[in-house]
Amino acid sequence: MTNLVAIFLGMALINNFILVRFLGLCPFFGVSKKTNSAVSMGVAVTLVMTISSLATWLIRHYILIPYDAEYMDIVIYILVIATLVQIVELFIKKTNLELYNAFGIYLPLITTNCAVLGITLINATQGYSLSGSIVAALGGGVGFTLVLLMMSGIREKLELADTPKSMKGLPIAFITAMLLSLAFIGFGGMI
Amino acid sequence: MDRSKKESTMARFKKEFTKGLIISNPVFVLVLGLCPTLAVSTSIDNALGMTLAVLIVLLGSNIIISAIGRFVPNITRIPIFIVIIATLVTVVNLLFHANLPDTYESLGIFLPLVVVNCIILGRAEAFASKNSVVYSIADALGITVGFMLALLMLSFIRQVLGTGSLTAFGIHCFTLPVLGEHPISIFILPAGAFLVIGLLMALFKRTGVIKND
Repeated sequence: MTNLVAIFLGMALINNFILVRFLGLCPFFGVSKKTNSAVSMGVAVTLVMTISSLATWLIRHYILIPYDAEYMDIVIYILVIATLVQIVELFIKKTNLELYNAFGIYLPLITTNCAVLGITLINATQGYSLSGSIVAALGGGVGFTLVLLMMSGIREKLELADTPKSMKGLPIAFITAMLLSLAFIGFGGMI
Repeated sequence: MDRSKKESTMARFKKEFTKGLIISNPVFVLVLGLCPTLAVSTSIDNALGMTLAVLIVLLGSNIIISAIGRFVPNITRIPIFIVIIATLVTVVNLLFHANLPDTYESLGIFLPLVVVNCIILGRAEAFASKNSVVYSIADALGITVGFMLALLMLSFIRQVLGTGSLTAFGIHCFTLPVLGEHPISIFILPAGAFLVIGLLMALFKRTGVIKND
């Protein structure tokens, strides 16, 4: 149990997906202008990360390893993720139309989010158990959502700030990310 | 007639190649593939290793996709492109593991993650699927060189300031006088990557090298 807590905190804060591991930067800079869309994106990514961690763990341990086909993992994982995103999208569309509209364009975009393929590869290289993989995915997703939310809050305020002309837009967003990343170094000694 | 056509092919080849360098530089202008750019720019070795991986995958995917582009049904084109790219990445992964074990180790999960690098799928979708093989090769080469330039710039600054010295391929190039003993280690940390790319982008905007908004 303490092991799972350590995995969760490690994924969410110490090795934060965005600020420390550099995974999922495209949505981080693309979708962090409004708080609402940041939360939708974060929840969608967490959902897909958790489901695909479960699916790829089962495939890895019951198909790839017994048949000595681990070298095929990249092709298999990306296909599994693409399929899962489609299924999740269809499922949400049929069961909860409001949620589907809230996710909008973000759900299909998750296929090419490196955080999702990243967590499946991290689970494989770290050799986590099934519960460990799921907790790691949840932790990573929570950390991702947290940073996306903080960044969107800052950027909403930043819109009104008097930034130099050449720093407007992405450059100032990068500098903000740097300050956040510095702050997250502080979590390093937690475990 | 034939000669002038050949010349125009050359001219177009050159145009598609040079546009990737500055006008549509993948990192600073198109802002694609940020994750690997920031993650592997800690040393010149890593930057060149990543460039080699992107070169092989992008060249291969651009050639294959431009060749089969008109036979692919529109509705299933994205999954087909992804499978082609994933296969090429698997090949590169195995090649690096066998021939460049050190680079393979230090690139870590960012080597398999070339699959979801937006540069590659982006070029397949925006260029290769609509253009001929020859121009797609030019496009792939230009984009890769542009990617390499940006990556070298970032990793040079980060390595020199963050470690105080420059070592590439095991050859020690120079050590700075004061920084050699007291390097500014923030540049090697993840925070340094954000700082350097932010300042470089602002500098390029200020000097008018790039014009994007």
